Amino acid sequence: MSNIIGLIFITVGLAFDVFGCIGLVRLPDVYNRLQAATKCVTLGTCSILFGTFLIVGFTAAGMKALLCIIFLILTSPVAAHAIARGAHRAGVKLWDGSVVDKYAEDKEGEA
Amino acid sequence: MFRWLTGAIIFIGIIALIIIRPLPFLFYPDLPYVGFLGRTLYIIILACFLCLYRIWKGPTGADRIVAIDILGIMIIGLCSILTISTGRSWYIDIGIAWALQSFISTLALSKYLEGRNFDE
Repeated sequence: MSNIIGLIFITVGLAFDVFGCIGLVRLPDVYNRLQAATKCVTLGTCSILFGTFLIVGFTAAGMKALLCIIFLILTSPVAAHAIARGAHRAGVKLWDGSVVDKYAEDKEGEA
Repeated sequence: MFRWLTGAIIFIGIIALIIIRPLPFLFYPDLPYVGFLGRTLYIIILACFLCLYRIWKGPTGADRIVAIDILGIMIIGLCSILTISTGRSWYIDIGIAWALQSFISTLALSKYLEGRNFDE
């Protein structure tokens, strides 16, 4: 039974991965690509790792999969935030259809 | 004119990969669900090629850094699937090491993109 539940988790994670990568290819802007890709792919990979844990069970590999889930959830938003901040400071333009840019307003307010 | 072409290639590719024969997994052809896991490996390799397309054609450097980050996270999933399908538990160790290295390299590249020195 746990094998089948694990395979369902792996399938859902694969769907999230593929849709995140389609967003990475198709969207028009650095920030939109970051928004689409990072969240989708992080959740998809965590789902694949949890499916691995369900199939393998309480062995060394399963415990390492849980450890890898915790590490991914901790570090992936930090990396995405660092990339977005670096891109904005490096002067990468927003897409023409963008509505609001709060970070530039904040920087103008400070200066 | 060719806006529909990328999506069409992706969907035809996914359907074709589900139909074709799965990867045979040279060591253990007798494990359960090994055909399903071979097809999942095909799909995840297709997603990695989409990331490589963005690395090849990114207009700015930030696009390439985003794609490298995503590629690293996806290779962790690849190692996880290889752990189940081959039954060798050291593939997940490669995944953990790749996660650490990918996080550090992404932080360093974003600091380089920001234009400051590394020791600030």
